[in-house]
This record gives sequence, C-alpha cells and structure tokens, in this order.
Amino acid sequence: MADKPNAAELKEYADEADAWFKENTVRDPGFMLPLTFMEVSTDQQFDFLRDWQRKVYEAGYLGASWPKEYGGGGMHSDYQRAATRAMKKYDAPIMINAIGNGWAGPLILDLGTEEQKQKYIKPMLSAEEIWCQGFSEPENGSDLGNAQLKAVKDDDEYVLNGSKIWTSLGDRAKYMILLARTDFDASNKYAGLSFFLNPMDVDGITTTKIKKLTGEYGFVQCFFTDARVPSDCLFGGEGNGWQMAMKTLEYERGAKVKPVGGYFVKELDVMDIVELAKNSKRGGKPLLDDPVMRDKMTQFMIDIQALNLNNTRRRMPQLMQDRPMGLPLMNKLARTDLVQRLTEFSLEFQGSKAGYYVGDENAVDDGYWHRSYLNSFSATIGGGTSQIQKNIIGEHALGLPKTR
Amino acid sequence: MDNLGTIGTTEEQIELLDVATNFCRDKSPIEKVRALIDDDLGYDPDVWREIGELGWLAIAIPEEHDGVGLSMAEVVPIAEQMGRNLLNTPFGSTTLAAQVLLAGGTEAQKSQWLPKIAAGTAATLALQEDNGDWDLTNIDAQAVVSGDSVTLSGKKQFVVWANSAELIIASVKIDGDVRFALIDRSAISDAALRREAVIDETVRSYELTLDGLTVSTDALLDGARTRETLEAIDLAGSLIHSAEMTGGTQAVIDYTIEYLNTRKQFDKIIGSFQALKHPTVENYVEYEKSRTHLYSAAHCFSDQGRGEVAVRMAASQAHGTYSHAADRAIQFHGAFGFTHDCDAQLYRRQAIFKGALNGDAAWHRAKLSDLLFD
Repeated sequence: MADKPNAAELKEYADEADAWFKENTVRDPGFMLPLTFMEVSTDQQFDFLRDWQRKVYEAGYLGASWPKEYGGGGMHSDYQRAATRAMKKYDAPIMINAIGNGWAGPLILDLGTEEQKQKYIKPMLSAEEIWCQGFSEPENGSDLGNAQLKAVKDDDEYVLNGSKIWTSLGDRAKYMILLARTDFDASNKYAGLSFFLNPMDVDGITTTKIKKLTGEYGFVQCFFTDARVPSDCLFGGEGNGWQMAMKTLEYERGAKVKPVGGYFVKELDVMDIVELAKNSKRGGKPLLDDPVMRDKMTQFMIDIQALNLNNTRRRMPQLMQDRPMGLPLMNKLARTDLVQRLTEFSLEFQGSKAGYYVGDENAVDDGYWHRSYLNSFSATIGGGTSQIQKNIIGEHALGLPKTR
Repeated sequence: MDNLGTIGTTEEQIELLDVATNFCRDKSPIEKVRALIDDDLGYDPDVWREIGELGWLAIAIPEEHDGVGLSMAEVVPIAEQMGRNLLNTPFGSTTLAAQVLLAGGTEAQKSQWLPKIAAGTAATLALQEDNGDWDLTNIDAQAVVSGDSVTLSGKKQFVVWANSAELIIASVKIDGDVRFALIDRSAISDAALRREAVIDETVRSYELTLDGLTVSTDALLDGARTRETLEAIDLAGSLIHSAEMTGGTQAVIDYTIEYLNTRKQFDKIIGSFQALKHPTVENYVEYEKSRTHLYSAAHCFSDQGRGEVAVRMAASQAHGTYSHAADRAIQFHGAFGFTHDCDAQLYRRQAIFKGALNGDAAWHRAKLSDLLFD
C-alpha cells in the first residue's frame, strides 16, 4: 500500500498537476468534443480523445494509484484525486477508455491472473487498446440475465454465435467484456452465463453502426458468426458470468480497487444553465422574473445541491446507519434523471430558438442543450434503465419483494 | 454561486443522534401517541421532565445562561428523532423562544428567562394572525407605550403549547415598527386563550387575545435588534421544523414499506407490484435528499449567507417530501388508509400543520430564489 502523502507532498504534486493541465488542456480543438464516452462519433473525435488520454497517462495523471508493476503510478489515491481535481478545474476533455478503465481494469486487477494483469492494464491506461462492453442483446436488454449469445467450447477455443447491441466504441475496440451463455441447461438462467475478455479482431465478428436519436453515430450492433476465440479469454470460470458482470458494477464505488481517476462523462455545470436562464428573455423581460420559471429553476438548484452533498454524505457512516445501501444505489437514478430534466428545462428558456438544432448558425450555444438533452437518454436507459434502478433500490435498499 | 454550503457533523451531534434515537423510540410508541391525542395536555409530563433533565432544552443556550453552550446543529438530531416518533412536546417552541431571546433580548431578559428554559420551563411564540401571511412583519396587533407600561391589543393565532408555556413572546407593532413583547403566562387570563381545532391532533394550539394585557417596557425585546430577531425566528424555526418533518418522512416511508411487505392481493405481496414499489422508491430518494439538506443546514446554520440558503433548501425539500410521502402512504394503504386508525393520516396532517406554521415548500423556494438569482 502506497504511503499517504503529507500536506506538503500533496500540494507539490497538486501544483504540478495544475500547471500541467493549465498548459496542456485543449478545450476547443475546432470541432465539438463528446461529453461522454458514449458520444464518440467521428474519427476526428476518436483520435483526439485517444491521444488526449495517452498524454494524460504518460504525464502520470491517470492510473496514478494503480499498481506500478502493471503500468500504474503506484501512488496513494490522494495523488490521483488531486490530479482529477486539476482536470476538472480546467474542464479537460473526458477519458475515452471508460469500459477498460472503469470496468474491465478493476475486475482484472481484483481477480485476474498475473499474466492478464501484465497483458491488459498498461495498454488500457494509455488507450492504445480500447475496450467495449457486450452485455445487452437485441432481445435481452433490461432482462440481462437472459442473455443468449452462445459460446460453445471446441478444444482450446470457444465458438461464438449471436449478437450484442448498443455497444459504445464497439467498432473501435480491441477487446470486449462479453456476457455469453455457455450452458443452456443450467439450473437457472444466471448460472448458464460466462464472462469473456473477448478480442474483437477475429474472423466472424462484424459491427454495424447505429444512428442515435441525435442524428450522430456512437454505438454499434456486433454480430458473432462462428467467431473463434482462445479459451483462455474466459474470465472467472464457466457459469460465473453473472457474478463477474455484477462485480464490474461494484468497482464504481472504489472500495476494492483504487479508482483509475479522471472522468468518462462530463458533468453538467449548473452555472451554465443559470447563466443561460439569466440571459434569456420572455415577453421582453428577464426569464427569471417569470415566477413559474423562477420557481422551477429554484427547485432544480435544491435538487442539484442535494445530489452534490449526497456524495459527501455517502462517506459519513454516522449519517448512513438506517439504510446504508440507499445513497450509493440511488446515485445513478437520481443524477441521470436530474440531468435529463434539467437539459429539457433549458430548452424552455430558448423560446422560438428551441426549434434550432446542431448545425444551424442561429442555434443557442451551437445546439449544445438540445444535444445534451437527447443524449441524456443514454444514461437513463444504459447501464440499467431508471425503471430497473427503482427495482434495485426497492429490493436492495428498502427490502421490498422482487418484481417477477 | 458561493452561497451554497457543505455538509458535516460534530461529535456531540452524533452522540445526541444515538441517544435521541433510542429515547424517542422508547418514550413514544404509537399507542401512546394515539392516547395523547385525547389528552388535554397533549404530552406526557414525565417525558417532558426527562427532556429537561437530559439538558436538551439547554443545548443551544450559552453556558453563561446555564446552557450547554452548543449550537442549533446539535438540536437537529433531537428534533429529527422527535418528529420520527411523533413525540410532540413544547420542545420545538421552547428551543425557538430561547433563540429569539438570544437574538433580541436584553441582558436582563436573557438572565431572567434563559436559565429557566435551560432547566425545563416551556415557552412559545405568538406570531401568526388572521391574514394568514407568513411574512412575520405583516401584523395588526398593536402595543401602545405609556410611561413604563405597554398596553397590547389584537389577536394571535397558532400559539402552540400556550397551555404549558410560562413565557409567550408575541409580535406587535409599536408606531408602525415590529416589536416583541415577553408575556408571563400568569398575566394571561384563561378567557384570553381559546384552544384551536387544528389539523395536527398531536399538537395543542391556541388563539391568544391580547386586548387588555399590559406589560412593562422592560418586557420589550431590543427594538434595535428586530431584524435579527425576525431572522432568528425564520431560520431557527425553519431548521427545527425541517428536522421534525424529515424525521416524520422517514417514519411514514418505513410505515408504508412495512405494509407493502405484508399485505397480499392477487396472491402476491403488494410491494412486488411496480405501481407501488416505484413511487415508494421515488419518495425514499426524496427523503434522503431531505436528510442531506437537513444536516447541511445544521452544519451551515451560523454561516452568514450560506446558512439561510441551506436552511431554506432544507425547509422546502422537507415540507414537499413529507407532504407527498404521507399522501402516498394513505393511498397505498387502500381502504384502511382512509381510516383514522391508519397512522398515515397522522403524518399527512402533521405535514400540513408544519407547512402552515412555518411556510410551505413554495414559500421557501420563493425566498430562496431571491438569494440565488438576484
């Protein structure tokens, strides 16, 4: 375990990080930068973000608290937190390799073999090898446990047949964390699932781009047709796929593996919305003079402040005694729904100009708000819909019976 | 926006949270709450005495006045647990009266009353009038000064626990300015107090007729500190009410969950139906936001600027959430929910009363918007 830095050591590092991000952050490369790793649609965007992650990693500000022997910085997590704060301060672009750094990496560091750690971690940090996630299928979305993509062992290979969908970066990824069915006769649907660190550059795997509701591209459908992958891609043993998939969700809280740092999704800056509201007019008067709009905006401020403070309260066990799982489980639901309602609300400010869209010179903030609103559905649907989240909270935090 | 606060706790606050959690649960089982509805006094005098002996009325009173010398932050967990267990006593009104004395009292007034309150004497405020306005400066009650005597007139409403209070602090106008008069309960005739029928049956509330009452000029709070006094009423009152409402919200959600986990229809425990499960989760999410705002308000309470923003956020969130959670609690209990026997109504009625007394969610949002956007 790396030593906790003293105040002077930490400050020195934080100052260095601050100076580095001040010097190196490019906020406007001349094209629109994705706000989340799910929104990367053009080669230009992809190349830029991949280079950016490599640059941050090489400077030591990503994976600073991951083990040194696998490519991390081997430092105490306070250092990484300081670096992430500097990133946020300069509103730096996102880290693109979200599935790798946020999901696969922690899983491999926690449960992988020495060989797997040596092989995967470093190129994942440098974004040389991009990762994607293959959980959802066309017929099995919210009912993830019913995934049907078939993996049949044949000697020292698995033969894959089926399809995965809504795969962000699926056409650019080197690896996929894949949930596949190895046993169709298992005692229950979960027990038949296995988890693979699946290479994407093999024969029999093809991808088709899917156009999003925004009009942009960003995710794909993946088709597996007699695709053969080495059997050592299996991770966690046959039949343990569901547990592995669920484990990837646990790492978000950083309890077992130190968080890699940075961010994969840009947080909405509420002050931008307040500014937009302040600069908008309705009936010739400032929008925030309208009591209805004023009340709605105030309610949003109360909600935003609550969620921001929830993140602090989560680390205060003395105020978490009654339902300790409540705040951690509700975070995704509350935050993604709030962003959706808030970006939708921002369109109300714009009067007739709410009718413009990205690409028109008259669009407010180049259509940023429209795009943010439409893209917000990726977060309220992906990673377990808000409706599934409510089942999870109801069952795991409140102790209500399962919905079946 | 630099007037947004943070959240934190003190060691004393957490100790008090633990003690109050057990005390309020033990002293206020629901059967007792219901029995006290039909009791004239409205609370158990033995419990009230214990509250005094525990020093809970002295918490936010400085040591120089025989208090504990902590702050309103440490009052919050107690008020929260009282609200959670519907343990309704003059605790809130007495605590608030002490804060009003601290904000606007002369040294002599503080020396006279604060040690008594710290030792367990009940007190209350007489603020509301027939216009129903939450703006505490919009009042008609008058006081006329003649020599060293002050003659009061007018009517005050919602003087809670006036039956038990030894001190009533009433707002009046003198020459157009808001002032506060300390009235000794012994000076008030029984005829001047009329018990009001109020929606929350666990509280005792009175209309007070001031006509004919006289007090000494020594009983007027410092006229130069009226603004601070009004602010203390507004903010300390809102904090106490927010705490009680947040506790009540937790209880009504737990009460609903218990029913959803036992009642069967269509051969299924009804909590498995998403039509009931999802809105209950939504209310629970709002409750956790209430509690976060509450402990942020406690933490920021004495910060200039941040304190008021945090308190108003807490008050707005607490009232809106309590109201809705209790409303849904009635609905989700089905026909039983429509009965007086179902506890859901106790919470729903209390949420209405708390909002009426202290300003509802929309009122606090309106106040907040001025702090945030102007």
